[in-house]
Amino acid sequence: MTLATLTFQTLSDAVGLGAIYALMAVGIGLVFGVLRLVNFAYGQLVMAGAYTLAFTASWPIAWSIVTCFAVVVALSLAMDLVVFRPLRGQSPAVMLVTTFAIAFLLQAIATIVDLRNGQLGEVAPSLSSLAQPITVWGVDIRKITLVSIGVAAGALILLALLLMRTTIGLHTRAAAADFRTARLVGVRANRVIMFAVFLSGLIAAAVAVMMTVQLPFVTPDFALYDTIVVLVGVVVGGIDRLWTATLGGFTIGFVSGVINSALPTDKTVYLPSVVFALVILVLLLRPAGLFAWGKRAAVERV
Amino acid sequence: MSRRVDALVELAAPMLLVVAVGLLSTTASPSNQVYFLNALVSVAIVVAIYVFVGNSGVISFGQISFVAIGAFAAGVMTVPLDSKKNVLSTLFPLLRDHTIGDVPSLLLAAGLGGLFAFAVGLPLMRLTGLAAGIATFAVLEITNNILREWTSIGPGATTLSLVPESTGPRQGTIGALVVIAVAFAYQRSRLGRQLRASREDSAAARGVGVRVHQQRLWAFTLSGALAGFAGALLVHQLGSITTDQVFLDLTFLTLLMLVFGGMTSLWGAVVGALAISGLDSFLSQAEEGVHIGFRLDLPTGSRFVCLGTIMAVVLILKPSGLTGGREFRLPRSWRRR
Repeated sequence: MTLATLTFQTLSDAVGLGAIYALMAVGIGLVFGVLRLVNFAYGQLVMAGAYTLAFTASWPIAWSIVTCFAVVVALSLAMDLVVFRPLRGQSPAVMLVTTFAIAFLLQAIATIVDLRNGQLGEVAPSLSSLAQPITVWGVDIRKITLVSIGVAAGALILLALLLMRTTIGLHTRAAAADFRTARLVGVRANRVIMFAVFLSGLIAAAVAVMMTVQLPFVTPDFALYDTIVVLVGVVVGGIDRLWTATLGGFTIGFVSGVINSALPTDKTVYLPSVVFALVILVLLLRPAGLFAWGKRAAVERV
Repeated sequence: MSRRVDALVELAAPMLLVVAVGLLSTTASPSNQVYFLNALVSVAIVVAIYVFVGNSGVISFGQISFVAIGAFAAGVMTVPLDSKKNVLSTLFPLLRDHTIGDVPSLLLAAGLGGLFAFAVGLPLMRLTGLAAGIATFAVLEITNNILREWTSIGPGATTLSLVPESTGPRQGTIGALVVIAVAFAYQRSRLGRQLRASREDSAAARGVGVRVHQQRLWAFTLSGALAGFAGALLVHQLGSITTDQVFLDLTFLTLLMLVFGGMTSLWGAVVGALAISGLDSFLSQAEEGVHIGFRLDLPTGSRFVCLGTIMAVVLILKPSGLTGGREFRLPRSWRRR
């Protein structure tokens, strides 16, 4: 690695990507906390949001974004009602593989909707002005990087307040710690799960808005590979607790951001192998997660 | 006596189903035969995955890496010598200057698949749950990365072509039958039963002396060998292959087939593979228009929507799969007391 290419721009972009991945990790981690279900179809929620932005590109920006949020949250709640609820209590493998089928189905539907005009891919350009750089203290930062970091930080603080200071947040944490006991003391399972799914839908919509700035060209496999990478990050970080999962998502986003832009491509051919070998090593040494330290952490699960 | 009959029926049912598909493929027109051969190779791959995932209950995204290794080993070693020196000139001399026959290539693929699975499983089998899933996924990524970049052992990012297309109805049927027979023999053996006990209750199995780590490693190795063998069948069916054909899509599709049929039984693995590949073939025909009493003509692109809907609906309504995860049994009234 030549250090000269590791500019401030690269680092700030990597932090921006890390922020987006951290948000996706929260979205996946919230649902996992209450349902013990890894939602592989989470990327398709983001994809649906991105398509909504593309199809409403001629509308005023605010309306376009509101529609995006409405569509994604509705889809997320529908997923809970139609898919997650009947599967509650099934083995984790079955739940995970069922979400493969859902992801496959949503992607097939998106392909048909997209192909109505004869070609694959739509453009969502309404926010692309955010991709322009601005100069802060003599260095160029792309506006979207600042926006991503701001949105991610804001969302995480709001979420923390919501989980720590409100009754429904308390119930959610209780359900994540021990679902059966929580129900015995009067936590309403369906409400808590819907709350978590609702929040994870909101986050997916925010991710869709920010991702289309970086990649305005939307295809049916939009955010698919990102979801896989985030899932790896979440498990490496420690999926049992929300903050370790988030940190895992941020770390893998930051690392892939630095790697993608800082290394010349002819030297990176075996880099995926090195990265995934490290993933295996971490999992072998710390199967519960890289950031899951000691007993104290084991108490808080969301 | 009755038990022995039951065991015989358990093995005979999936085998008869495969033989039926094999016989049907000989009657099909050459353009339709490919669908039947696809189905037979899918059975081999899914049963290979079942040997580990079904018997241990631990999910693995890594078995397709052994399919890939088998496919490329068998493919590279059977490309005819005279064209090999031109199209695969970057290979190690040992690989470039030798070519082996069809059956040896199948055995080589099985051996390599088993060897790699053993090497990978040795450290990885200590993991369970999601950590195991992600670690095996990392194995898949690493295998794909190396196969795509290292041109001394294979074609790299280009298509491997000119592989003899020897997986016809005969080799496809026999290959699938061999995989089923090995899987059946394993799951009824002492080793297989110990692993299945650990799947139901890991702590209790440990308590009666089952070495869970060791049992999982045996199953992983056997599954890797069968997956390598299935990969060789695949490459000999297609005639040409790229690394992306044995990567993420195939991983997700074969796991769906396994769970769709019923993850915990051999019968489920076979039924799932045949049901989904049959459905997919039928739908792709229906996109071009097909007569089933009336003319069915699906709009272009709707094939995957139908397939996705059917898979999702079945899994939601019957999470234990079409077969409920049970082996085939004759109806009670048929069985001898």
